[in-house]
Amino acid sequence: MSRSTQPSFGTGKLLRAALYAVLILFAVYYLLPLFVMLVNSVKTLDEIRGGNMMSFPEMFTFEPWLTAWSKAQIGVEPTGLSPYFINSIMMVVPAVAISTALGALNGYVLTKWRFPGDKIIFGLMLFACFIPFQIVLIPMARVLGMIGLAGTTSGLVLVHVVYGLGFTTLFFRNYYAAFPDELIKAAKMDGAGFWRTFTRILLPSSGPIIVVTVIWQFTNIWNDFLFGASFADFDSMPMTVALNNLVSSSTGVKEYNVHFAGAVLAALPTLIVYVVSGRYFVRGLMAGAVKG
Amino acid sequence: MSFLQIDKVCKSFGPIKVLRDITLDVEEGGFLVLVGPSGCGKSTLLNTIAGLEKLTTGEIRIAGNVIDDLPPSERNIAMVFQSYALYPNMNVGQNIAFGLEMRGMPKDERDAKVAEVAKTLQIEHLLDRKPGQLSGGQRQRVAMGRALVRNPQLFLFDEPLSNLDAKLRVDMRTEIKRMHQTFGTTIVYVTHDQIEAMTLGTRIAVLKDGIVQQYGTPAEIYNDPANLFVADFMGSPAMNLIPATVRGSAVEMARAGEEPLVLEFQHLPADVRARDGQEVIVGIRPEAITDADNRALVRDGQQAVSASCRIDVVEPAGADIFAITSLGGKEVVTRLHQDWSGQANSHAELVFNLEKVVFFDPESGVRLR
Repeated sequence: MSRSTQPSFGTGKLLRAALYAVLILFAVYYLLPLFVMLVNSVKTLDEIRGGNMMSFPEMFTFEPWLTAWSKAQIGVEPTGLSPYFINSIMMVVPAVAISTALGALNGYVLTKWRFPGDKIIFGLMLFACFIPFQIVLIPMARVLGMIGLAGTTSGLVLVHVVYGLGFTTLFFRNYYAAFPDELIKAAKMDGAGFWRTFTRILLPSSGPIIVVTVIWQFTNIWNDFLFGASFADFDSMPMTVALNNLVSSSTGVKEYNVHFAGAVLAALPTLIVYVVSGRYFVRGLMAGAVKG
Repeated sequence: MSFLQIDKVCKSFGPIKVLRDITLDVEEGGFLVLVGPSGCGKSTLLNTIAGLEKLTTGEIRIAGNVIDDLPPSERNIAMVFQSYALYPNMNVGQNIAFGLEMRGMPKDERDAKVAEVAKTLQIEHLLDRKPGQLSGGQRQRVAMGRALVRNPQLFLFDEPLSNLDAKLRVDMRTEIKRMHQTFGTTIVYVTHDQIEAMTLGTRIAVLKDGIVQQYGTPAEIYNDPANLFVADFMGSPAMNLIPATVRGSAVEMARAGEEPLVLEFQHLPADVRARDGQEVIVGIRPEAITDADNRALVRDGQQAVSASCRIDVVEPAGADIFAITSLGGKEVVTRLHQDWSGQANSHAELVFNLEKVVFFDPESGVRLR
């Protein structure tokens, strides 16, 4: 690369300062809602009603968090969000695990065990990424009813696995397309079959793309509201639906501080997943995109 | 009885015929090199021997047993790949042991075997490293170790040197040859590099468009090419292929602005004599045309004639000087002694070693004998 002409020292510093100012402004703008939520979730209700949304709490209290977690009125039961948090976990963990595992297997077969028509199959699976949620609601409800999984956590797991398969297959296929075929041949010569090649050679090298897929699936499934609202009953309702019920329950006063605390609680798991494994996310996406 | 027999093997991918009726055999302990330009089917042939590709018709036998229906792992064949294909997630020791592990060998036995092979290849200090931490030459050694440890009856090499830089390539070539001499295992080796083919092989098969052009020893391939393709492909600088006209027992090559060059032969091949007055292609290697003082390139008793030729370009190459003249409208490379003192754009006395001249049919490219 040729050296570009540098502006003089003074102008350079000024430009840089302006750049940072703009960036900080945007960062503040984006973080403002989070700030409002956090600040108001530790205020008393009186303070929220009487004061400024943006001000720091005069009297710091964890009460709204405890209420949101274990005492708040959800629908007709005063259980708080905790049982629904458990519901969400019971739904997300198997759904993410199964859809990721199947996606990896699909990607492996579609790139390393090619068969006539594999491109058409992959094309059809890609198509699944473009189908809007709303279109599948009624057919899916019928299917769940027919196989006896309507209104259960297992039913929700099935829905999310089926819906996520297109994405997970796409991720793994692109990643494995860049994986050298010679390694597969070498494994064949060494006597490894279909499964052992997969588990011993491919999977151990799939760290980044597994992280990408898990984050993607976890975020989507955890945040999903429509499927949860459509296919779950009171016992299997996920966190998002419960949060909605908490906020829209019309018994007496609107407890904004509890609502804010509940909303943060609902968003916390995805936030943690991003913070812990976010750097792999970008790395994995790049790996698939550049070479695929 | 030969050890590896490739018998009338054909392979098609849909309508495309990649291998056509290939028949080759190698004796036990032999070193067969498959050489040809890219797309000639040499790697496909190697893959069919390995069992990674099914052949369409024909048969492959090892020690008399047909192996066509055996999966790759049961053929007792080891393969070294172009990229070395070392498993990136395993360390060197695990890479070498993987094939043994898949065959269910107990761990202590595996470790002993790995240690033995590592010692032979002098890679003991690398056993705990990952492939990503190795240099090109070390990777190649590990790949050979992975092949050696299984003690296979046949080794396959798929262009193993093409990823190395020029100097290392020469070193590793020697290493492969030494390994072959030490272990005596039969080897089939694919390359597009004709020098590798010449230096390594005990037998060379030159392929083009899925057809074996010539099969023989390196000396046969080099001195006695079966057709124009083999003559042109093998040897560097390439053989000079000069259009010429047959005149009785002599051949005549046109020269721009000069009298034609006439080479008088004592024994012109019968096919050539029969073409009196017609055109043929004269094939003569650069080292068979030299300066008058360079007697080293013409052995006693070989028929040589000298002629004055105009030198267009002089290219000193250290050990030799390559001088380029023009005959029959073609640039002709000659190999002169390093102390030759002639100049470009002047005439010099050149000696033609007529024993080394071969003739081809200009239309079909077939050798005239």
